[in-house]
Amino acid sequence: MTPLGGYLLIAVLMFAIGLAGALVRRNAILVLIGIELMLNSANLNFIAFWRYGPHPEALTGMMFAIFSIAVAAAEAAVGLGLVIAIYRHTHTTEIDKINRMKG
Amino acid sequence: MILIQEVVSSFTPQTTASAISGILWLIPALPIVASGCIALMKQPLRRAAATFSIGSLGISLLLSIAAFAHVLSGWLAGNAVRESVNFTWMRFGSSAVELGWVLDPLSAVMLVMVSLVGLLIFIYSTGYMAHDENFTRFFCFLSLFAGAMLGVVISNSILLLFMCWELVGLTSYLLIGFWYQKPSAAAAAKKAFLTTRVGDIFFLLGIVWLFAQTGTLLFYDHGTGSLEPLALASLLTQHAALGLTAAGAIGLLIFAGAAGKSGQLPLHVWLPDAMEGPTPVSALIHAATMVAAGVYLIARVYPLMQAGVPAGGVTTPLTVVTWVGASTAVFAALIAVAQNDIKRILAYSTVSQLGYMMAGLGMGGVAVGMFHLITHAFFKALLFMGAGSVIHGSHDEQDIRHMGGLKKLMPVTFVTYVIGMLALCGFPLVFSGFWSKDAIIEAAQHWTTARAPFYMLVFGALLTAFYMIRQVSYVFFGNWRGHGHAHESPRVMTMPLAILAFFAVALGAIGSPLWPWFRSFLEGRTAEFGFQGFSEPGLLTLMATSSFVVFLGLGLGWWIYGNKSPAPEAPDALQASMPRVWTVLQNKFYVDELYGATVIAFYAWWARVADWLDRRVWGGAVAAVTWMFGLFARFDRFLDANVVDGTFDKGCEELSTSGGLLASIQSGLVQNYLRILALAVVALVLILFWSSRP
Repeated sequence: MTPLGGYLLIAVLMFAIGLAGALVRRNAILVLIGIELMLNSANLNFIAFWRYGPHPEALTGMMFAIFSIAVAAAEAAVGLGLVIAIYRHTHTTEIDKINRMKG
Repeated sequence: MILIQEVVSSFTPQTTASAISGILWLIPALPIVASGCIALMKQPLRRAAATFSIGSLGISLLLSIAAFAHVLSGWLAGNAVRESVNFTWMRFGSSAVELGWVLDPLSAVMLVMVSLVGLLIFIYSTGYMAHDENFTRFFCFLSLFAGAMLGVVISNSILLLFMCWELVGLTSYLLIGFWYQKPSAAAAAKKAFLTTRVGDIFFLLGIVWLFAQTGTLLFYDHGTGSLEPLALASLLTQHAALGLTAAGAIGLLIFAGAAGKSGQLPLHVWLPDAMEGPTPVSALIHAATMVAAGVYLIARVYPLMQAGVPAGGVTTPLTVVTWVGASTAVFAALIAVAQNDIKRILAYSTVSQLGYMMAGLGMGGVAVGMFHLITHAFFKALLFMGAGSVIHGSHDEQDIRHMGGLKKLMPVTFVTYVIGMLALCGFPLVFSGFWSKDAIIEAAQHWTTARAPFYMLVFGALLTAFYMIRQVSYVFFGNWRGHGHAHESPRVMTMPLAILAFFAVALGAIGSPLWPWFRSFLEGRTAEFGFQGFSEPGLLTLMATSSFVVFLGLGLGWWIYGNKSPAPEAPDALQASMPRVWTVLQNKFYVDELYGATVIAFYAWWARVADWLDRRVWGGAVAAVTWMFGLFARFDRFLDANVVDGTFDKGCEELSTSGGLLASIQSGLVQNYLRILALAVVALVLILFWSSRP
């Protein structure tokens, strides 16, 4: 069986890639995708820690992951809805052009 | 003219109230209410105003006559009527302020006199004031005056008396200044008000003292009033300063008030100036009634004035009253000789006659003074109204040098005026003035303290006859020296003259020694009709003397002035022979100037000092405090501007800059936020990592 470190390494990579995508991409949809990647790396961690934890029979990590995925799905739906709404207004999805809500 | 030493004891005092004394308050109340109604009327309602005041005073006269009849019937039945109705006005702690009215022979006689003379003068005024645009205001004041005067008369409480007394003073002020457009009238009103105020201060002191000593304000209160033996006895045991008892000192204070109101020396100066008012006012207020209020007041408090001695005795207050009265009588008569204004002559004559009344009170008792008061009221009102008729008929001319020959032009006025003048001079046997003045001179003759008042009063009688014949011959004899056409006054003015002339003669009948009715009535004795009064030793000699004096005065006057009709600009006959004396007399012994140089100058000086104090001392103090507060305020402003505002402003500035700084973070670029978030997480992780290391 693959050791825990491998999963954690994959999760760290995924999180870093996701974070980088969210920070540097201009397209709002790609930013959302980056966020999804970060969420999923977290899910991977949940599962891994659950599976290698002291009580693998309790299904807690699984439940957390499933909730997280559901929330991520809802978030993605809201996020895409926002992007579409913004696009209708500004005819762009480039996130550094959308700065009208500054203080 | 008989000096009775004590009241005959067969007269029992009667104190139960009857129906008429229960409604006695209506007598003053009616004219006062009428005055209030007139005050609310519009100016053009002249007829209504006159109807109101004449009607109300007419009812008062009827009530007065009813009251008089009641007292008279009691007297005829052998009772000395003295009915009082008292009530408590207000209470402070244990002492009460009590008011009330009293019906006794003194007030009954005075009531009838005041309301009768007042009514005649009201009627006369409708003619005299017919063309004045402030007719309603005049009647409003006149009614108020009549009500207040009647209030003085019936008061049984010295406080109520004082209140009415002051109301009388107020109406006097208002009426003297009735033609306030004339500066002289306004000044005369002020002078009258202030001069009488001097006396009133003393009067008020006397009232307060009396109240403090006796604990009651009432004159008669079933044995506990301030004029009843119990209170008088306690007053006599109290000693005031200068060897006076409390009774004596209070008597003197009250006399000071009476002297102010009745124009006695040295407070007489206001009365001649009061002639600036309309003539009916001069007649009503400043000859017949108001000035008699002082005399009446002394008669009212007579038990206090002579406390401690039997009737006819001599006390300090009565001695003072006598000397002041006698001096005033001669002093004013001397001035009257050298005056040229028809009303001014009569005014000084009034002052002089008031002096007689005071002297009569001081030496002979209530009846002597009051008898002269009553007769004088009628003939002096007659003379003033006659003078008013003359002024009215000769187109507002008041200088007797510009009159003359009115005998033919104004026959009714002439006849009535001469009757009044003879009554004033004391023409023997027929006229009332003879009997009343003789009673005073006789009392002076019997006075044991000094002889001088007797000679002064006789000399005064000579002067009276002299100045009156001078005035009459200037006005009515010789040729007309005025301008325009003199004419007789209307009936409404001459009718009251005729009625008053009747009384000026007839009143003598009630006071002559033949039938000393008036005196017995006031003193509560039965009057005997008969000639035994004349058997008094020395009486016939005295009558002969005073008749001689009157004839001497009249003859001398006629010899100097009679039928001469001198030119208005020519100097007076006496002036030519003794110019110095004349100048002094014409300038009224320089009393006004003396007061101007002393009292008024002192007040002016004092006012200047007060002004200086006000400006420099008090003003300086105020300015210093102001300056201090200014300094304080400046310091406050400095604190406010630099400390309070500075702190606040700095705080705000900081808030705003820090807000700006924070706002710049809020760039609106979502990825920036995310970067910061990520950096923060990294920092957090690093911190946690470092801190978790052992």
